[in-house]
Amino acid sequence: MTIPFVTIQMTAALISFAGITLVAGIFLVVAQRSRHDEPYAVVQPRAYRLRSRLFVLLLLGGLLVAAVTLFDLPYSRAEAVRDPLLVDVTAHQWYWELSRQSVEAHRPVLFRVGSVDVNHGFAIYDGDRRLIAQVQAMPGYINELVVAFDRPGTYQILCLEYCGLVHHAMMASIEVLAPVAGSERF
Amino acid sequence: MSTSAEAHPRRPESLVWLYLAVVGIVVVAMMGVGLVMRMGQAGLLQLSPQWFYRFLTMHGVGMVGISGIGGAAILYHFLSAHVDLSRKVFLANLIFFLVGAVLLLGTSLFAGYAGAWTFLYPLPQHSMGQWTPIAAALHLAGLALVGVGFLLFHLDTGRAILGRYGSLANALGWPQLFRGSAADPPPATVVAATMVLIVNVLGLVSGASIIVMSIVSLLAPAFTIDPLLAKNMIYVFGHIFINATIYMAVTAVYELLPIHTGRPWKVNRVFLAAWNASALFVVIVYPHHLLMDFAQPTWLHVVGQIISYASGFPILVVTAFGALTLVHRSGIRWTAASAFLFLSMFGWSAGVVPAVVDGTIAANQVLHNTQWVPGHFHFYLVLGLLSMFLGFALHFSSQRGDAVADRVGFWIYAIGGLGFTCLFLAAGASSVPRRWAAHLADWQGFAAAGSVFGAGVLVATILLVARIAVRARRPA
Repeated sequence: MTIPFVTIQMTAALISFAGITLVAGIFLVVAQRSRHDEPYAVVQPRAYRLRSRLFVLLLLGGLLVAAVTLFDLPYSRAEAVRDPLLVDVTAHQWYWELSRQSVEAHRPVLFRVGSVDVNHGFAIYDGDRRLIAQVQAMPGYINELVVAFDRPGTYQILCLEYCGLVHHAMMASIEVLAPVAGSERF
Repeated sequence: MSTSAEAHPRRPESLVWLYLAVVGIVVVAMMGVGLVMRMGQAGLLQLSPQWFYRFLTMHGVGMVGISGIGGAAILYHFLSAHVDLSRKVFLANLIFFLVGAVLLLGTSLFAGYAGAWTFLYPLPQHSMGQWTPIAAALHLAGLALVGVGFLLFHLDTGRAILGRYGSLANALGWPQLFRGSAADPPPATVVAATMVLIVNVLGLVSGASIIVMSIVSLLAPAFTIDPLLAKNMIYVFGHIFINATIYMAVTAVYELLPIHTGRPWKVNRVFLAAWNASALFVVIVYPHHLLMDFAQPTWLHVVGQIISYASGFPILVVTAFGALTLVHRSGIRWTAASAFLFLSMFGWSAGVVPAVVDGTIAANQVLHNTQWVPGHFHFYLVLGLLSMFLGFALHFSSQRGDAVADRVGFWIYAIGGLGFTCLFLAAGASSVPRRWAAHLADWQGFAAAGSVFGAGVLVATILLVARIAVRARRPA
């Protein structure tokens, strides 16, 4: 399975900037036409009709997007994958402790993430320094994150939850090796 | 049904101007701090991590607190036209804020406290030698004092609303909404104040509880708190409080935009339904801040996403759309005040888009705690909330008309704000983390360009605040 996170980020940016531009365009057009004078009794019923349609459109759109995006959640993957490679991750102020320094591409990796002190954010960045997955590292809890790396290489682990003075320098790396012949794909 | 807005020739009383003066000073100061942080990330100036994280803490807590003060000033002004509010309680809120602010800023400036405004347990007691438990406890005590002031303010609005309308249900328009009553509904400002009263009391109680628990834990470390419970309680408080600031300040749009357009803002059943829905949504939407806490029950994550979507509806469909309807072909003669009120509606409604995207679990996994997050909330706060403050203050301070400087200030602010926030969003989409003192070289371009736009916002704000201050002192 290809990890589609780059697509998600691009999609998120595209939707957001298109939405912001659309809203800006509507406000600019209304502002530009505001100098004309038309009785409110004429404008208001038209606007209310449009508002009803907008409400239905947003409702249907929201339901559709929710249905599609809630289909595959990251929370229950630990039970769903077979024979994952286990990596125990312990966060400390300000370093990461990993039980393995290398994993295999295309094989699901189950990161069991905890912390011995404060909240941290366990975030995996690919070779293009693109965030591909994250989970919180919290004292007293183990958060399980499943990732299948689709490309061999060096991946960076950064902290994404503010944890004190050296938060920005709390980095580690993990090597993703080419898959062993015959290994099971995720 | 009735209209909520009649002409408001009544200028704000001196105490409201005092509030606004505090807002002007603190906003400019905290914008300056924010700009220094952004320039530090860009490598345009040398800023040590110690001072970056202190500034981060000051900027966050200062801006959130002052947003509440600005919102309270606007709400008090308009609500006092409908109900009998206590001036003493209103003054007490400001005093509590100022005393709290001394502790909040003082502990960061002089005692090194840098636990961020979210004070996520147990970070305040794990400073690794950067601050003492006493400094952290004093900081949290400052936060509690600010919260006590707001709790008093909202309880007083509740007392006054109950005295005038008999019940919170009446003040939320339930008779008109659910029983088909033909009686005039409550004014928009009363509906907003009642909603804020309910949600903010809930949020403040949650916040006060976790603050007190954190202080006890700081002073008696044997007393521990479940970190996940603490995080839930903090985000209930934080999410509700910052959203309530906008719900208070938007009364400026309801009350003033009709004056500029010559059209009434109608309180009808759709309006009432939207505000009642918002009261529910704003309380239960907070789990979208914890989507990356996989230990939370999955159903809470799902609720977080769905309510994130739903909570955008009332804003987009009722308030922003209502403002557009009011302005469309109205023959309005634009002033800086009306322009800022209109801009605030753009900021609020457009800011919904990246917020809803971030509230989607699949997207949150690659956007959470990146600069996408400050991108979307600065959209709300710079272009939405602060524009409401500026629109309100300009309306009452520039009744002799605009000067060129006001219009120039507006455009610098609007363009600067848009550029500043969009660069945060672009950086977030490029996986740049938030709350990092030092940025890698290939991330610094976002921060450098953001600094330029941020400087524009700061300059425009100083210009406008100065002009408001000078004119507000003259008699109308």
